[in-house]
Parts: sequence; C-alpha cells; structure tokens
Amino acid sequence: MSDTSNPIRDAISEAIGEHEVILFMKGTPEQPRCGFSARTVAALDSLGASFAAVDILPDPRIRQELSAISNWPTIPQLFVKGELVGGSDIVTEMYESGELAQVLGVEPQSGESPVADGAPMQIENRLS
Amino acid sequence: MPSTDELKDRIEAAIPGARADVTDLTGGGDHFRATVVASEFAGLSRIEQHRRVYAVFGPEIGGPIHALSLVTKAE
Repeated sequence: MSDTSNPIRDAISEAIGEHEVILFMKGTPEQPRCGFSARTVAALDSLGASFAAVDILPDPRIRQELSAISNWPTIPQLFVKGELVGGSDIVTEMYESGELAQVLGVEPQSGESPVADGAPMQIENRLS
Repeated sequence: MPSTDELKDRIEAAIPGARADVTDLTGGGDHFRATVVASEFAGLSRIEQHRRVYAVFGPEIGGPIHALSLVTKAE
C-alpha cells in the first residue's frame, strides 16, 4: 500500500475541479441536517444559483480529507471555480452585501433576506 | 465543556491586540459565535481572518467546540 494513494481525497479534488459551484454540506439541499448548511443552501437558492452538493455525513473521511484540502475546519464549504469561498458565515455576509451574486455571476436579489441572522438553528447532526 | 470566557481569553491571548466577543448560541456549551476585531486582520481576506481564529482551537473545532460562527473585522 502506497502512502500517496488517497482515493477519497482525489475524488474530492476532482469534484471541486469539475463543478463550477459545489457545496459540501451536512445532508442534502432538500434535507439539510444542520442549520449552517441550511442557511448556505437558502442563500444559493434565493439567488437561483445552480450548484452541485456533496453530503459529507455518510463517511467521516470525506470531511477529514476535505478539510485537509481546503485548510478549513467546518462544514459547509462553498467552492466556486475551484476556490474556497467560505463557510456559512462568509457566504451569508456575501449574500447580504451582494458579493455572492457577483461571485456566482447571477443577478442580485432584492428584498427580504431568507437567511436572517436571528433564524433559529436546527439541531446539529451529532454524527460528525 | 468550554465557556464563552475561556474562548474569549484564548482568542485574545493568541492574537495580539484582538478583542473578542463570544456568545453561546444554544446555551449548550458547544455552539458559539465570536466577533473578533484585530489590527493584524488588516490586509487579510475574510477566509484568512477566519482561518486565523480557527487555528487558535485546532482540532477542538468540530470536537468539543461543535460550531464556532465567526464575524471578523480589521481594526
């Protein structure tokens, strides 16, 4: 066994390279399993952005390898054009300032924020 | 279980001149929110600023500190 063989890390790198917008999250966009992931999906959805999503919960190695690649300890993680944009705090800030629309190349959304700061957190998934 | 005071003290000790304001989001002692203002954040991207704060806690993030939500500002 070679130490350099790391199929999970390779698969993650490949996915980041292949998808212009990709979100690593807990759960799925339809059924997020964590409030932070839900908030990030809500920001992307309200801009009408299309994105690939990867659920990191089925295998703890996904999160481990992802964080090693990105040098970012928490989930969710949003990548655009191969670059880490941020987690839910940064994505929310960027959504509110209009920067997220710019980065995604979509029209900024006016009106009420769907990702208001005071939104109640869902119960965090404890498996990770 | 880490306390808000402990997190505040550790951030301020690790990042010279930083001022941290830490709240417990759920009251459960594992989901925190920190606002950190530091002069050394000047010139750093938001990602780099957050990495700097996460680095204070290393593997505790995702462990005993289940979530640490951040707002960072340069002084």
